[in-house]
Amino acid sequence: MLDTIFFYVFALLTIGGAIATITRRSAMHSALSLIVSLLGVAGLYLLQKAEFLFAVQIVLYIGGIMVLFLFVIMLVNLDQAAKERQFNRQWLLGLVASVLVGAQMVWMLNSAGVLSLPAAVPAPAATGPGNIEALADLLFREYLLPFEVASLLLLVAIVGSVMMAKKTS
Amino acid sequence: MNQFYTPTDHFSLLPALLLALFGCAILMLDFFVLPHPRQKRWLIFFALLGEFFAGLALYRQYRFLEDQSIPALRAFSDGLIIDGFSIFFNAIFVAAAVLVAIISYRYLEVEGEHHGEFYGLILLAQCGMYFLASGTELVTIFIGIELMAVTFYILVGFLRSDRRSNEAAMKYLLLGAFSSGFLAYGFSLLYAITGSTRLPKIAAELAQRPATDPLLLLAIVTTLVGLLFKVGAAPFHMWAPDAYEGAPTPVTAYLSVASKAASVAVLVRLFLGTLAPHRINWEPMLAVAVVLSLTIGNFSALSQTNLKRLLAFSSISHAGYILLGLIAGNRTGLTGICIYLFVYTFMNTGAFLVLISLRQKGMTGDDIDDLNGLIHRSPGHALLMALFLLSLGGIPPTAGFIAKYYIFLSLVETGHYALAITAALFVAVSIYYYFRIVRAMFLNEAGQLLPALPGWGARVGFAVTALATLAIGLYPEPIIRFAGTSLLR
Amino acid sequence: MPEGYLPIFVFMVVALLFPVVAIVAAKLVRPSSPFATKLEAYECGIKAASSSRGRYTVRFYIVAILFVIFDVETIFLYPWAVRYQSLGWFGVAEVTVFLVILVVGYVWAYKKGALQWV
Repeated sequence: MLDTIFFYVFALLTIGGAIATITRRSAMHSALSLIVSLLGVAGLYLLQKAEFLFAVQIVLYIGGIMVLFLFVIMLVNLDQAAKERQFNRQWLLGLVASVLVGAQMVWMLNSAGVLSLPAAVPAPAATGPGNIEALADLLFREYLLPFEVASLLLLVAIVGSVMMAKKTS
Repeated sequence: MNQFYTPTDHFSLLPALLLALFGCAILMLDFFVLPHPRQKRWLIFFALLGEFFAGLALYRQYRFLEDQSIPALRAFSDGLIIDGFSIFFNAIFVAAAVLVAIISYRYLEVEGEHHGEFYGLILLAQCGMYFLASGTELVTIFIGIELMAVTFYILVGFLRSDRRSNEAAMKYLLLGAFSSGFLAYGFSLLYAITGSTRLPKIAAELAQRPATDPLLLLAIVTTLVGLLFKVGAAPFHMWAPDAYEGAPTPVTAYLSVASKAASVAVLVRLFLGTLAPHRINWEPMLAVAVVLSLTIGNFSALSQTNLKRLLAFSSISHAGYILLGLIAGNRTGLTGICIYLFVYTFMNTGAFLVLISLRQKGMTGDDIDDLNGLIHRSPGHALLMALFLLSLGGIPPTAGFIAKYYIFLSLVETGHYALAITAALFVAVSIYYYFRIVRAMFLNEAGQLLPALPGWGARVGFAVTALATLAIGLYPEPIIRFAGTSLLR
Repeated sequence: MPEGYLPIFVFMVVALLFPVVAIVAAKLVRPSSPFATKLEAYECGIKAASSSRGRYTVRFYIVAILFVIFDVETIFLYPWAVRYQSLGWFGVAEVTVFLVILVVGYVWAYKKGALQWV
């Protein structure tokens, strides 16, 4: 019961934030609304007992990515853009496409026979090791190779961002 | 070391480990040991040293498989595989990286953008490719692809004072990120269907699924889209002409050769290995991509005046020929893919090397007109370029003929006559535009460009690429045998 | 919802309510007489020369992106910290390798002058 209430609260935050993000005219307001939406998603992760994703969502998305967004908004002069008439003329097409995709998703979710995913793994008992512990065991043992390669990827990302953004010396 | 990092794991990872080590070391050496601009040349030797050790580690892997006479060595609980196939492709990457490193020196000097990290990035990109050729686990493969792709975004935009280079990097980055999204979606669907990220397990699970499964179809489509983009095959080729044209020419060579080979390696592993039982789903899609690649690549190349753009479109069509081997999918097809990529490495790098040698301060040397009368100014370059172009066109006795021969043979063997005839017709189209360049070099009046100044890097590069292109064409048996050991099955 | 999160939820509700209650209460209690002069600069204060929404320098972007990258690094350390005991020295070795590679990136960016402000 409590879970259901929480689900609807978080879903409302997610969808409301998302709608505000795309309807606000000021980019700054959009970015701030996006935080609300991401927060709602974080709550949904928590409801699914995906604690690690919850932490990722808070630390990385709300903490890191949003800072990047805000900096980018401040880097480009958006006052001018905000005053101009929005030039999205394809909204009708977009609407039709979204309705179609939505209907298709509903259809696929309803016809379970078509999808036939492997049976859902039951959630671990409350006393057992949680999501993060299980993830740590996987990440640092069976998946240690991609984990270490990820640091190389991050290294290259550092090099790339500095090379791209820094003025020629 | 414990059960999660055994000596076997270490042995199978060693080439990538060395590449990463030398890549990072070059980034650091650039500042701490060799900070002076005059000392940058030592970084090349360091990069070549890294390649040497990586090649040595690869050779040890090869010897190990031979001595133990086992087909494959699996490591990291089915995360990596060392087999003839992975060793063959890694050999291609080593060859490509060495060639690119030695031909870059003078180019970067001319452009005034000589930074040490260039060589580090080449090694790190190759490290990513290692995981594409050897990875048998979706997360490893994906991170490998990203490592390679992100490195290439940087390398494409390496000429920061050149607007075209910046634009190319931006386009490549945006479209590349988009395609990575497709690939991640496809991989996550494969995981959702099978509950595993390891290819052997996925293959076992998928073999029991019906071919009509819509979820599986979606997974195949998205994975294929993501990988075809990386290969540069139509209809996902839009990034290629701009990226090839804007990138520094050595990077263009590296991109067209090594990045393509690495992505083909993943395609082969996934589609001829894991997804082989569902061929009925992916074969028509791949056939459409092949025909489109051949059509768009060859016909667009006809009207190009910029040589790098022309070679970009020609590389799209070559992607089409390579994928034909995947459609055939038998032993000959696989041998054909391996030989084609090996040969392509040398002939395409050689063609770009000619462009690099012709480049001079304030002159691009990228237009067909810039080659006018090259035979009078520097006959050596003109003859070499003609050799590489003949090989790209697939005319005997060059290596390109052997490569195309195997691809066509595999198509005929598997009864894909319509595709074989289509592809053969497009060979004729391609010969037309390759000969346009040859005509400009041999028959047109000389332009105003100065004769090219060959450096030691270009000399070595020319020697290797030309020798390989000719030798494989005249005496193909060793390479056929070498490719033959690389079969998956 | 796992039970352990109830205190956190209560905490968040209180944190949300606090400013709302404060603002609403202040609104109810205080007298309201708005007029234009109140919004001007006070006495000898300097009038705003231009909009405060100027363009920022691109250096902020480098700082932000480096922050995101090291944020990703932090999040990878999080499960390791949770499982520190059972992963033992092997885990320490893994994380050390991970960090050393990133430190290479950091040192590179530093020596490249990416963090130089003037």
